[in-house]
Amino acid sequence: MIAETGLAALWLAAGLAALQFLLMVIALRTTLDVGRTIRAVAAVQGALALTAFVMLLLVFARSDMSVALVFENSHTAKPFIYKIAGAWGNHEGSMLLWVTVLSGAGACLGLLSRQTHERTLVAALGAQAALALGFYAFLLIASNPFARLLPAPPNGKGLNPLLQDPGLAFHPPTLYFGYVGLSVAFSLAVGALLTGEVDAKLARAMRPWVLGAWTLLTLGITAGSYWAYYELGWGGYWFWDPVENASLMPWLAATALLHSINVLAARGALKAWTMMLAVVAFSMSMVGTFLVRSGILTSVHAFAIDPQRGTFLLALLAIYVGAAFILFAVRGATLKEGAPFELVSRETGLVVNNLLLSVILGIVFLGTLYPLFVEAVSGEKLSVGAPYFNAVAGPLALVLAILVGIGPLLSWRRERRPVFKQLTVPALLGVTVFVISFIVAPAMGVLPRVGLPVAMFLAGASILPLVGRNPLRAPIATWGMVVAHLGIAVSLVGMAMNAAFTSERLAVVRPNETLTVGPWTVLLKEVTPTAGQNFTAIEAELRATRGDGIKVLKPQTRYFTDPPMETNEAAIDTFWNGQLYTVIGKPDPSGGWQLRLWWKPFVTLIWAGGVLIALGGAIAMTGRVRRQRRRKPEWRKERYA
Amino acid sequence: MRLIALLLALMLAQPLPADSNLPPAYWANRQLPDARQEARAQSLMEEVRCLVCQEQSMADSDAELAGDMRDLVRRRIAAGESPDQVRSWLIERYGSWVSYRPTTEPASWPLWLAPLALLLVGAFLVQRRIKLKARR
Amino acid sequence: MSRAIRFAPLALLLIVILALVWRLATPADTTVSSKLEGQPLPVFQLAAAVPPKAALETADFATGQPRILNIFASWCVPCISEVKVLQGLKRRGVHIDGIAIRDRPQDVAAFLDRNGDPYERIGADPQSALQIALGSSGVPESFIVDGEGIIRYQHIGPIEASDVPKILKKLEEAR
Repeated sequence: MIAETGLAALWLAAGLAALQFLLMVIALRTTLDVGRTIRAVAAVQGALALTAFVMLLLVFARSDMSVALVFENSHTAKPFIYKIAGAWGNHEGSMLLWVTVLSGAGACLGLLSRQTHERTLVAALGAQAALALGFYAFLLIASNPFARLLPAPPNGKGLNPLLQDPGLAFHPPTLYFGYVGLSVAFSLAVGALLTGEVDAKLARAMRPWVLGAWTLLTLGITAGSYWAYYELGWGGYWFWDPVENASLMPWLAATALLHSINVLAARGALKAWTMMLAVVAFSMSMVGTFLVRSGILTSVHAFAIDPQRGTFLLALLAIYVGAAFILFAVRGATLKEGAPFELVSRETGLVVNNLLLSVILGIVFLGTLYPLFVEAVSGEKLSVGAPYFNAVAGPLALVLAILVGIGPLLSWRRERRPVFKQLTVPALLGVTVFVISFIVAPAMGVLPRVGLPVAMFLAGASILPLVGRNPLRAPIATWGMVVAHLGIAVSLVGMAMNAAFTSERLAVVRPNETLTVGPWTVLLKEVTPTAGQNFTAIEAELRATRGDGIKVLKPQTRYFTDPPMETNEAAIDTFWNGQLYTVIGKPDPSGGWQLRLWWKPFVTLIWAGGVLIALGGAIAMTGRVRRQRRRKPEWRKERYA
Repeated sequence: MRLIALLLALMLAQPLPADSNLPPAYWANRQLPDARQEARAQSLMEEVRCLVCQEQSMADSDAELAGDMRDLVRRRIAAGESPDQVRSWLIERYGSWVSYRPTTEPASWPLWLAPLALLLVGAFLVQRRIKLKARR
Repeated sequence: MSRAIRFAPLALLLIVILALVWRLATPADTTVSSKLEGQPLPVFQLAAAVPPKAALETADFATGQPRILNIFASWCVPCISEVKVLQGLKRRGVHIDGIAIRDRPQDVAAFLDRNGDPYERIGADPQSALQIALGSSGVPESFIVDGEGIIRYQHIGPIEASDVPKILKKLEEAR
């Protein structure tokens, strides 16, 4: 019953999405005022999609094995939180989450928008409905989450042990809210291109949506990186895996969009670039969804290997992005730009920022798809991995980081103050660190050697907008910007320290023998069997010391039965100046155990920086939204005019 | 990463990476005594694919063949070969696909030229928006 | 904004969609093949896998006749059914040598006792060193080596009954 309710809700929602789209067409072709109706339809559509999702959560919570999806992905012995999280730890469930957020965002767009041109908003709601319609069709036709499995088997196949982790509860939903939140920017851009109302008002309407989606994307990517780091046991945090790249590309586009919107809002300029970025950002989200679900890539993240679903998604992608690009090509000529910017001004700074981010985006896109292009054209197989991306995107990112320190200090229109004098302190800081690095670590790689001083420069420069004025009277948005840019610097410091100063030791160790890594001496006390709720394990007891007290770490190798599998659980201890990361491996015939140890100084700064960036976004959003909500919504005004 | 190895193994209808009865090779999971050689070996291993669990590097993979490859790489580096020599040796046998670092063959040139091209195109698009000459 | 700039994104999209359509239509071939076809066998000298059966070295391939070099292991499941096919080939006069990967003599002996022995010589490769030197990535695989020690053909996976005609043809071509 619950499953059927969910399915019915989904069909109804799809019907309403079609109606919503129809209303938009009517509004654009005639003079009928559909404002209240279309908002109501959007709201109900959102509520219905949410209902469907809640029904899915319920069948997972109750371990209802008569629903095929629950059978495939769950088991009664699973801890409750993973029963729930299992709902979105598979293709159909996560697709339903995607669609729920899509229609939910549309509902919020309709109900909460204030200072937006009415015609553009209606057009945007119609575009959002069109997006939802395609994905409803995909769900209902090719990925039904509520399909029944009768007669119901007694128990399920279980959830992949790699996914039985708190990270699973957090990482996908956050990412999805981010990806799909960008759909609102897409719809607003399409709506504005249809109505011709591309101006500062549109930028201000888009901004909170882009800020919100971007903040969540930042958090989601940071969480994903940390999860991979501690779960997979190889000590790395970013592999330039095609699917990781698929999550990075919308983020890069959204960051460029965020900054471009500021120019459009403040100066009414960069119309074409902003519209294009808004379309590209959500297009990248859709490309990511396609890559993960089509089976054309092998990856830790890949869902079911299914070319038919891939074809469906590719068709959706082609239609939506194609339509948006055609609209841009046709209407682009009507976007009038103003006078050129002064060379030293904030606008120029933001334009160069856009340029660099777009180039990095292009590089990541090319590198990810290049093996495919080459194979299609010549049949030859080659690989593009971390060495390429680090070599090419790395230096560009560092140049960008320097500009991030300078840009916020520039005035709009034309910079007349001696801005570069303000930067002497951060610049000196950077140069000092650069020189010291030669003394402390003569054998450092080029990227960390340059990255560390740049990061220190940025750390100093990012707080300058608050220096020399009363910080408490600075706009909240400025605080947000400062925190976010500081977060970039913190993250860069972490990356440079990790690249330059990580120590790794790998050896076969017998009980009561020690191994040193960095400043630590680690003793393998013993290895014992143990068990958890749904696994058995062998656990090593390690005693680590660096002169002041002993820390105990217990890495494990776990053996699961549903499905049968073996995982490594690293034992990690975090200190103020780094992390001790320990992994126990296989037994050696000589009576010892393979032990792998890392000492990673300041590595946690990488993710602390990511959280700071997201925090900056959240702060900025509160500032903007508060300012917007003080004004009365336009559509209400018109009723009583 | 065992799961991935297992899933991929089940999907490939061909050579199955089942487990043998012998322990891993000596240098599969031990570091070379010379730290500089070990560092060179390690960075090479991170740039070469595991042949069995695709989408992982030789350094991170649990597969037996990956362990044997690590053993081979460490032995060769210890014997004095340069990482480039070992990489070329592996590419001769498995093709450029096995190296995550794109090679210098013509098929890879667009990869290295693209950033430059993108910057130039971007600069062209941007220069129209900026007043580059001082107005009198 | 010039026409070229406005339509450029659309052109790019078209190229990307075409590439993705191609990839959906021709799924990626995940087999890893050796690039040594046409090259001479690497120089090697393996110990005997099952003494007193003869060991294997490069010189054994300079006989003037094409031979099959079969890479197998006692712990390899598809190898069991492959042995029957190899025995069929042996009956037709094909010369087959084996390399046992990561195996102990007693396990190889037990495997041959249980399933049959189509090999003239078997070399031991306990750390896959020769397997890697040949550009092979798993078991079972077979290489057709001509009379001068040049690798002419690689067959990945077990040789099944349906593969025999092709193998025979390749052997003929290698004369």
